[in-house]
Amino acid sequence: MHLYVLRRLLMTVPVLLGLTVIVFLIMSLIPGDPALAILGSYATPENLARLRADLGLDLSLPQQYWVWLTNILQGDFGRSYHLNRPVLDEVLERFGATLILAGTSLVLCVVIGVAAGIVSAVRQYGWADRIITLLVLVGISVPAFWLGMLMILLFSVELRWFPVSGMYSIYGGGDLPDLLRHLVLPAVALAVVAAGVIARLTRSNMLEVLRQDYIRTARAKGLDENRVILGHAFKVALVNLIPVIGVQAGFVIGGAVYIETVFQWPGIGRMLVNAISTRDLLLVQGGVLVVAASYVLFNLCADLLQYWLDPRIKA
Amino acid sequence: MSDALLEITDLTRTFGGGRSLLGAARPGVQAVQGVNLQVLRGETLGIVGESGCGKSTLARMLVGLDTPSSGLIRFGGEDLQAMRRLDRHALSRRIQYVFQDPLSSLNPRMRIRDILAAPLKHLRGLSGRALDTRIAELLEVVNLRPEFVTRYPHEFSGGQAQRIGIARALAAEPEVLVLDEPVSALDVSVQAQVLKLLRRLKAEFDLTYLFISHDLSVVETISQRIAVMYFGRVVEEAPTRQLFSEPAHPYTRLLLGSAPVPGGPPIIAESTAAELPDPLDPPPGCAFAPRCHKAREACREAPPVLESLSTHAHRAACLYPERGPWQASASTTATPGAP
Amino acid sequence: MMAFVTLLARNRLAAFGGILLLTLVLLALVTPLLPLLEPNATNPANRLQPPLSEGHWLGTDQLGRDILSRLLWGLRVSLAVGIAASLVAAFVGSLIGLVAGYFGGRTDNTLMRGIDMLMAFPYILLALAIVAVLGPGLLNALYAIAIVNIPFFARNIRGATVSIAHREFVDAARLSGKGDLRILVTEILPNVLPVIVITLSTTVGWMILETAGLSFLGLGAQPPQADLGSMLGEGRRMIINAPHVATLPGLAIFLLVMSINLLGDGVRDALDPRLKSGALSRPAPMTRIRRRRHTAVDDDLNAPGQDPALLEVDDLHTDFEVGRDTYRAVNGVSFTLKPNECLGLVGESGSGKSVTALSLLGLVASPPGLISGGQVHFQGRDLLDMGIRELRKVRGNRVAYVFQDPLSTLHPLIRVGDQLVEALRTHQPLSRQAAHQRAVELLGQVRIPNPTRRAAQYPHELSGGMRQRVGIAMALANDPQLIIADEPTTALDVTVQAQILDLLKRLREEQGTAVLFITHDFGVVSQICDRVAVMYAGRIVEMGPTQDLLANPRHPYTRRLIDCVPRLGEPDNEPAAIPGLPPAANALPPGCAFADRCDLVEPRCREGDIALIASDANRQVRCIKPLADHTVIGAAHV
Repeated sequence: MHLYVLRRLLMTVPVLLGLTVIVFLIMSLIPGDPALAILGSYATPENLARLRADLGLDLSLPQQYWVWLTNILQGDFGRSYHLNRPVLDEVLERFGATLILAGTSLVLCVVIGVAAGIVSAVRQYGWADRIITLLVLVGISVPAFWLGMLMILLFSVELRWFPVSGMYSIYGGGDLPDLLRHLVLPAVALAVVAAGVIARLTRSNMLEVLRQDYIRTARAKGLDENRVILGHAFKVALVNLIPVIGVQAGFVIGGAVYIETVFQWPGIGRMLVNAISTRDLLLVQGGVLVVAASYVLFNLCADLLQYWLDPRIKA
Repeated sequence: MSDALLEITDLTRTFGGGRSLLGAARPGVQAVQGVNLQVLRGETLGIVGESGCGKSTLARMLVGLDTPSSGLIRFGGEDLQAMRRLDRHALSRRIQYVFQDPLSSLNPRMRIRDILAAPLKHLRGLSGRALDTRIAELLEVVNLRPEFVTRYPHEFSGGQAQRIGIARALAAEPEVLVLDEPVSALDVSVQAQVLKLLRRLKAEFDLTYLFISHDLSVVETISQRIAVMYFGRVVEEAPTRQLFSEPAHPYTRLLLGSAPVPGGPPIIAESTAAELPDPLDPPPGCAFAPRCHKAREACREAPPVLESLSTHAHRAACLYPERGPWQASASTTATPGAP
Repeated sequence: MMAFVTLLARNRLAAFGGILLLTLVLLALVTPLLPLLEPNATNPANRLQPPLSEGHWLGTDQLGRDILSRLLWGLRVSLAVGIAASLVAAFVGSLIGLVAGYFGGRTDNTLMRGIDMLMAFPYILLALAIVAVLGPGLLNALYAIAIVNIPFFARNIRGATVSIAHREFVDAARLSGKGDLRILVTEILPNVLPVIVITLSTTVGWMILETAGLSFLGLGAQPPQADLGSMLGEGRRMIINAPHVATLPGLAIFLLVMSINLLGDGVRDALDPRLKSGALSRPAPMTRIRRRRHTAVDDDLNAPGQDPALLEVDDLHTDFEVGRDTYRAVNGVSFTLKPNECLGLVGESGSGKSVTALSLLGLVASPPGLISGGQVHFQGRDLLDMGIRELRKVRGNRVAYVFQDPLSTLHPLIRVGDQLVEALRTHQPLSRQAAHQRAVELLGQVRIPNPTRRAAQYPHELSGGMRQRVGIAMALANDPQLIIADEPTTALDVTVQAQILDLLKRLREEQGTAVLFITHDFGVVSQICDRVAVMYAGRIVEMGPTQDLLANPRHPYTRRLIDCVPRLGEPDNEPAAIPGLPPAANALPPGCAFADRCDLVEPRCREGDIALIASDANRQVRCIKPLADHTVIGAAHV
């Protein structure tokens, strides 16, 4: 039993290494002189020379990777010349804000999506099912950034229920209620798409499970319908849904890029977009690596949860 | 025995195994272990066994769908693996296979014409008019109407689909047909039709059959000789009548006694819930010993080898073979497996 | 193909989506021909005009450009880029999936590990990284979106390919002399194509959304070129003063994506054969009952003895309604069962024996099942008159089921002990501990060695025989008066079947439970049943004491069916076949359903319903000319 956990933990290492390889390879696609590309307008001869040495540009590609990897492993992600501070400091600071937003969103979309999916499956072809199906359709078709804008227009500009943007009020904010008030709109906007996908997959999964022989057995035992649906059917559907939720977490983190831009949320997504437009490539690289690595760890947790719930997965 | 068409020597197939990432040796599952068999030209050899006994793995190795881990198969004196390497098609021209599930062995998105044309084109090099004539002939041989060629598999009943499967196997004009549970998926009334057809085809085309089934009574009606398999090994081999009149291996007797016959005597059942050994951790000795009421210390030490009994043709892998005639009703009281 | 289009058109939402998409695509195609203003012509004097203003139906943007014109030109770009990215992703992904799934082994491992790597990135982040390096631009955005979507195709197509590649027809093709490439193209691809189309139709919308997203961030289309996303991005800064500049392109994206999704769902449903058959419907807790009058056939059922019947089934009808067809699976079944009796219900597949068994407690999946007539009196009460609440108190309590395949009928994620506890506590006021105690006892009662340890195991950890013992223990949990066993030994090996039959026999002796035993195997019947009812085309054609009926069948079908069974120890007794096939359940002939296959048929046989009549004491047969003892028929003709 623990062998599986151990193996799964060990398997994370090559995945994380693979991530670094992909990021490294993408960076090596930079046309022309990478040092020049990275430094752009900050390219003084001294800076260029220092960066070239840091990147090991006179070495072969595998050697460059090795130098780069050892730096990364020591927490040295390089320096953002644009912000004039170490990349890692900036990334970690921004990452907290993104975690608050994406985490809230993920909880929202899982709770709403799963509940809607179950109702929809149980009331198949009924009114509730039709309404949910329609909402799901709208949810997965709407561009999140556009929805965010509409919400700002309605709830912030017209109704003035929530602040237009940012994470904290500039004057007198900073406490938890203030954060929550700022969080509502972006979190909901970010959750909509993933909630739709989760609801849809929950519904089809529940329908699939409800047709299985063991559900007939449960009914033949005389169990009441609530127990059949929640105790027997949902148990199996949940196990099937965990990988789906893992994938959706990726979409939520990705969607944060748009939502943070729309709501001026000081997260890593907005940082990345800014960094790309200012060609701050080391910052992009650091941000992508940190977010991807944490996503890998999230999926590791999802897998372990699934293992814990499903005794059929054997070592 | 000079007229042996197929000679199987020490055939073994192990699945899995090797080493894990951490370097620990993984146990392999020995689906087939040290099987020795001969199939004579023109005979029907029945292979009987329950699920997990390795009979299908054996069959797949004979037609080249699987590769033995060790051991030798000779086909007409030639090494089958060498034949496969030399010319993939040569083997398929001489030995063909009929699958258990008639519907899943036909591609749902292909017409019957295309299904039958494949072996004719690729193995026999037919085309054009000759191809069409041959397809019509094949359908006639298996009692199907010629207009069926334009239909798709889902339009056929199980029995008809199995006839198409048989026609496809015959298209290659093989010497040997390996029939892997060809009637198990069919209802009894259809099963009888297919068995009848198989009997006729064998005479018509001088075929040699290897007939694999879990159903003793079906095997009995069609085979001249029968080999009984248990846990990857042949435990008994005898001419059909001899096997049924004087089964020597306790497992064969259990099998015979377990099969319910309509209007027949009560079946014998083991009183405890006996099971197959764990394939990942097989016992060192006879695999049947844990279920056998005659098992003694010697049985648990090394797997017994197949040895000739009263006649040369009757062989059993048992240290203490049963002797004397067997009758289902006579042995009702001898419930084995007492604690 | 036509059937596919018809199916699609029948789905109203999909048709609506299709029309909307078609309109948008046509608009995009004819845009260069329309009398529109130049989309990039700036006019600062005329900036930020509201919609419906002079000369600009949808107003102007911050540079005074006509929004309508820009919208249509942007739509063109968005459509082209989205579709191109989808096709690239679909092609590359499907290729990887096909190759990995078909060849398996090391090829599969290498390819899929690479795909896993790509999936380890949170989706859009990888696209961002690619664009960051290649530089902003529409083409680069297209590449980025295509690359990050390859894993979806690769995974889906690989899954479909693996399930196809292990099917027997692929082996058959190999034995027919086909090489790998030919098998991939002619055998596998046609079967995987629907999956590719479904994946494509459900991701195109998503990919358009994502390309728009990159443009929104300013990483896709670069000015002056514009797609819908970049228009939205530029309008974002004026969202409060001039909301129409951003909301209109957003609305266009929304409509486009929604139309694609609607159509995509329709395509998916049309290509999924399960939807057509109603197999994706949720079965209701109880079979639908809509009893109507059926032509009455006076079946003579004077059961032997004087004991009151425990179960009395009277003229039971169960149909399956699939599309416009009604399949009459059970077509007027009547029988009685006395306490402590074992009645065998025998028949070939499709004879309606299992549906009969499931109908008794309303367990036929519905839709498509429908009980359309008859009564099921158990201890004097009609079970079909009870509501689901009352019926639930009977299910698993006084009447219990044992099903065929013990692996699929036990819950895979619940320990077998807990499944027993649940069965016990549903009908008895037991504490958890007491129930667990009793569960272990039950496992011991069905002779499972080491019951305490087994109770803590999951079904997949048990062998087939053990699982069936658990199934029987579960049925015994509440001391039922009747056990309905639906082919309980069919999935088992013959030696294990013997063990289970032996167990059932002993339990019946000890507990005095009545058993309705459904099977296709006359051998099994003669081992365990007191009486047999033979079913054909949804009806009982013959009924009587087992040994009597097997020795001297009265119905020609029974006679011939018994003759089909090869008998152990009688190798010379070549089994005879029955020519022809049973009638289709949606087109039953009038009169005797066996008439077409019977060589004793007369015109009278086809004239009307034939009743079950008493042929001997205790025996009934549904034939106007029952056979006499020791009749030999058929064999000579076949």
